This record gives sequence, C-alpha cells and structure tokens, in this order.
Amino acid sequence: MMRIYVPCDAAAVAVGADEVVAQLELAAATRGISIEIIRNGSRGLCWLEPMVELATAQDRVAFGPVGVADVPSLLDAMSSNGPHRLRLGLADEIPWLKRQTRLTFARCGVIDPRSVEDYRAHGGTKGLERALSLTPQAILADVTNSGLRGRGGAGFPTGIKWKTVADTNADRKFIVCNADEGDSGTFADRMIMEGDPFVVIEGMTIAGITVGATKGYIYIRSEYPHAVIAMNAAIAAAKRAGLLGARIGGSAHSFDLEVRVGAGAYVCGEETSLLESLEGRRGLVRAKPPLPAHKGLFGKPTVINNVLSFAAIPFILDNGAKAYADFGMGRSRGTMPIQLAGNIKYGGLFETAFGVTLGELVDDICGGTFTSRPVRAVQVGGPLGAYFPRALFDTPFDYEAFAACDSLIGHGGIVVFDDTVDMAKQARFAFGFCAVESCGKCTPCRIGSTRGVETIDKIRNGERVAENLAVVEDLCNTMKFGSLCALGGFTPYPVMSALKHFSEDFGPAPARLQAAE
Amino acid sequence: MTSPSEPCFEPWDQQRGAEIIAEHATQEGATLVILHALQDAFGYVPEPAIPMVAEALNLSRAEVYGVFTFYHDFRKRPAGRHVLKLCRAEACQAAGGDALAARAEKKLGVAIGNTTADDRVTFEPIYCLGLCATAPSAMLDGRVVGRLDETRLDALVAEAQR
Repeated sequence: MMRIYVPCDAAAVAVGADEVVAQLELAAATRGISIEIIRNGSRGLCWLEPMVELATAQDRVAFGPVGVADVPSLLDAMSSNGPHRLRLGLADEIPWLKRQTRLTFARCGVIDPRSVEDYRAHGGTKGLERALSLTPQAILADVTNSGLRGRGGAGFPTGIKWKTVADTNADRKFIVCNADEGDSGTFADRMIMEGDPFVVIEGMTIAGITVGATKGYIYIRSEYPHAVIAMNAAIAAAKRAGLLGARIGGSAHSFDLEVRVGAGAYVCGEETSLLESLEGRRGLVRAKPPLPAHKGLFGKPTVINNVLSFAAIPFILDNGAKAYADFGMGRSRGTMPIQLAGNIKYGGLFETAFGVTLGELVDDICGGTFTSRPVRAVQVGGPLGAYFPRALFDTPFDYEAFAACDSLIGHGGIVVFDDTVDMAKQARFAFGFCAVESCGKCTPCRIGSTRGVETIDKIRNGERVAENLAVVEDLCNTMKFGSLCALGGFTPYPVMSALKHFSEDFGPAPARLQAAE
Repeated sequence: MTSPSEPCFEPWDQQRGAEIIAEHATQEGATLVILHALQDAFGYVPEPAIPMVAEALNLSRAEVYGVFTFYHDFRKRPAGRHVLKLCRAEACQAAGGDALAARAEKKLGVAIGNTTADDRVTFEPIYCLGLCATAPSAMLDGRVVGRLDETRLDALVAEAQR
C-alpha cells in the first residue's frame, strides 16, 4: 500500500489537484497497485502545486508541479522509488520550506485536515491541555508575554485585548474569529483553515476559557467556499472528539463554535462592520468607543481576532511565551506568515521571524518576476497598503519600521509588479475600490474616494496636473484623518505612495502603456 | 475530469420560501443566513421573500431590504446559466489579469458585470479568491481555476458558453 498525499487546498485544486487524484486512482486501479490518497493542506509552495507527496521509510518525498499527463510515469517512479523529472526530494528538505520558521503553519500541508487523530499526533491540542491546567490569569500572562499582536493588520497586542474582555463582567461573552480575508495578495487565513483548521478551533477555545466565553463565531468570506467546508467539517470532528461542546477535555469549561458566511463586502473585514454583519445587519462601521471588548457582538464583551492570531495561540501555550517571543525584532515578536504573490517566480506562504527585509523577500525568496522583467513596485498589506519602490527594499518586516515609512504590513500580503505597471492606474484603482466598498457611513471615505477617482482621471488626461495633484493630496489627508475606519483611513497609503515614489506616472498616460492596453 | 455542475435552482415558491425562513429564523442575527439560504435554493432572493423575512425576524421591510442591497453577493434576479467570476484585484492585475479580462469581455461580447444576451453566462468581477500565488484566477460556478493564460481562459469561457 502506497500512501500518497495530494493537497485539497483551493490553490492546488485551482491548478488541477482533483484531476490528479482522479487520474491517480484510475492509473493505480489499472495497474493493480494499492494506494491510499490523503488530501492534505498545502505546504504553501504554490508554484509547485499540485505538489504530490509519497510516504517513504525516510520521510515524505515530493513531486511537483504534477499535471494529469504526468500521473502514469509518476506512479511508476513511486512504485520503484526511481527517478522522475518532477521529483523534488524530501519535502521537508526543500530549501524554500527549510529556511522558514514555521510555528503557526507547522502542521499545514503535513496533516490530514479532517483528522483530529492526525492533529494530535503532530502536537495538536497540547496548548489547550496546558491552558486547561492554568488559571485565566496565567494564560493571559503567557499571551501578553509572547508579544503577539493582532495579525489582521492593526497589530494591537492580543494579551491586552483579551484582558479587557476577561475583566469585563457580563452574562454572555463572545469569541469572534475574523476570517474575512479580503486583501488581495493574502491567503494565509484560507490556507490554515483548509490545511490545519483545528489549530484555529484550539486557539479560539483557549480564548474562550481565558475570558469566560462559551460561544464563538468564525466569520468566513463567501469567496472561500473550500474554507467554509473545511471549517465546518473540523468543528463537527472536534465536537465528536470532545474538543468542543460541554465539558471540554473533561474540564468544567464549555465552548461552542459556529461558522457564518459573509456576502461579498470587503468592509466587513473591519471588526465593527463584521460584528454588525454577524448580527444580521448592513456592514456599517461602528464608531469606537465603545470597544468590542466592552460592547461587541450583540452588545456583549467580545474578543475579535484574526485567524492567524488565534492560530498562533496553541504554540504559545504549548511552548511558552518565551519560545514565541524569542523570534522577531523590536516590538514585533514571533513569526509572520508572509504571503508572496503577483508577478513572481516563487509564490506562496513564507512564515518567518519579523525582521526580514522587503528586498530579501522580493529578490531572493520570490526569485524576481515570472515575466523576467525588473521589479518596479511592491504593494504590501493589501488594497490599503503602500507601494514600495526598490529604494525602500531595505525596510525590515516590522510593524514600526513600516509605519515609519507611511505604510503598513497589514495582514502580511506582498504583491509584486514588474516595470509595465502604471502607478497612476493603481492609484485610481485604490480610490475606485474604496468607492465601491465603502460602507457609506462617513463622508471622507464615501465621497472622498469617488472624488479621488475623478481627480486621478483628470491628471491622467493631463488636465491642470499640478492643481489636481494638490487636490488628491488634500483628499488623502481628509480621508486619512477624518474616516471612521481603516478603509477610508488607509486608502491614502497606496495613493500617496504611488504619487511619492512614482510621480513620473502621473500626467498624461504614457505612450508605452497605451500600447500595452 | 470534473466539470462544473450545472447550477440547479428551484422556481420561487412561497411555501418553500417560508420553510427556508422558518428553518433559520431562530438563530441569532439570522438575516444573512436566511438570505444566503434563499439564494442557494432559488438562485436569487425573490422580492416577495423580503417581507416574509422581515415578519419572521420582527424587522421592518426596509431593514431587510437594506441588508439585501448592502452585500454584493445577493441577486435581485436569476443569473445566467453559468456564472464566471474573474478576479480583478491587485495580485491578479500584476499577473496579467487586465488583459485577460479584456479578452474574456471580447469573447463573451459583454462588459464585465453583465449577462450575455442569450442568458448563458453571467460574467462578474470578484475581488480576491485567495489564489494570489497561482494568479490570475477565476471561479466558474463554484469551481476555482488558477494560473490562467490565454489558452486556459479561452477554454474556461468556452466551457461557460456551452
């Protein structure tokens, strides 16, 4: 019996993993070979997907990217342990994977995401077991001392958020997981939900135990149907295994989880908008205060964290705050699952300690552009993140270093553009996206974004360029300081960074781009 | 090879609508849950369902209508036989998505955001499928497709038109 792993991750499925599975089963049957196929998550080496692995006496041997036509020769090579042109060697030894520090994603792509037993066999539930032996104060101390900050983008210290909820008295409290990962260039939440969903459940359960909440919601965007299925299956499996429900692990604690699906509104990734949506209303942003920690879901104290924040918790509880805090730089402790995307050779998930520079990520780890043209601009942090020119590639991946150059690391997505990019067009897109996705509650965001699109159009048409550039700058300042939430408040980052670092693109559309369009 | 399953929806039926609403109405904050369930069953949210949802949840019609219109996902009328969503967000733009969008528009004969005249294909933009490292990407009736190039896009469009 050969045990073969083929990822069920949406990125692998999108490039033919399901077809490879069907072909493997067919080819094995015709040859009379007995195989067992396990649908693991993705290890995040996306250019090698579908990456198929074979369990051997030494360890798992990887092959990729596997197409349907490769399957017969692949099966021969697997049966005979012979060479194959797609053979990558031992999966764990692939340099791109080996140079990472996988704390949160340690199991992703390794285990069967439907199996609690596999999760346990790879160190899962140890964090929860330790948490159950501690007082809430001791858990809070660990979370605080780990230095973990919100991985959704805002970077707020998780320990302080949890303590606020723990210290607030109420008849009911809630744990809410923000899985509305709408930023382009980000997919870490999706990957962990599809590849290691139990770690999210475990992190949320620990949060519930700590603050005294017995109910949690995972709000997943509708664009992630595979993640919705994976999370629901994992919740059902966790209930069967006694990891959710009444008296978790034989303790006095109860905790239940429910998945709720978004409906295509980007702004619902903003925490107060998400809470409104969960309550069944329009995703209008709430003014703060009151903080969700005091008055959150259904008016009750609520811990609302990103998927990656919850997913970091089991490691911290299992290995101690110091083991996590030992990684990183400055006030950015631990690791960040960075997502590399756009026009690059080697895209995927790269979890590493804070402090790696943008240049290392783009030139070294991404391997440059797949069009083999020079890198011109790099957007970090999604549609609300700044565009970086090569001159700023020495910026270390760190919350404060990014803030210092009018940018944000956000949810850790990096999108690389080559030299054919028109930065005025990207600035227009940023305004346009904000205009479409604005919840409409505050004027700077609702009106400013639309006026921004119009003004950029004038600039691109060569109408009174200097005056209109001043209008854009003024609009950006109004939006930055006058908006209620990050959508209007951060849209100026991509716009202003494009203006500042790529000013040559603002003016009548250059001929080279008209030709390209 | 898997092919996208033809979306199969029931025609609007008030009795069936009432059953779906009743099934979910007891959940806290059920509005989105119910709207999703209605759309899953009928392919869109039929207008007569709005006051029914309002009554079941003790909300005003305006409140339910407001929720229905706020979210991009909910449809006022049925989509075409197939729904092709092409990612138009930054990572896919960087990977050549603009040219592919223009090519698909030309092949389908409609601008993105519209349904073809023969009602076969609804062609929509989507802002990120989370497949950014295998960009450009698309979704045909719920099936995801990545690493699009002209050949793969043409095949996808042809499949949608069948």
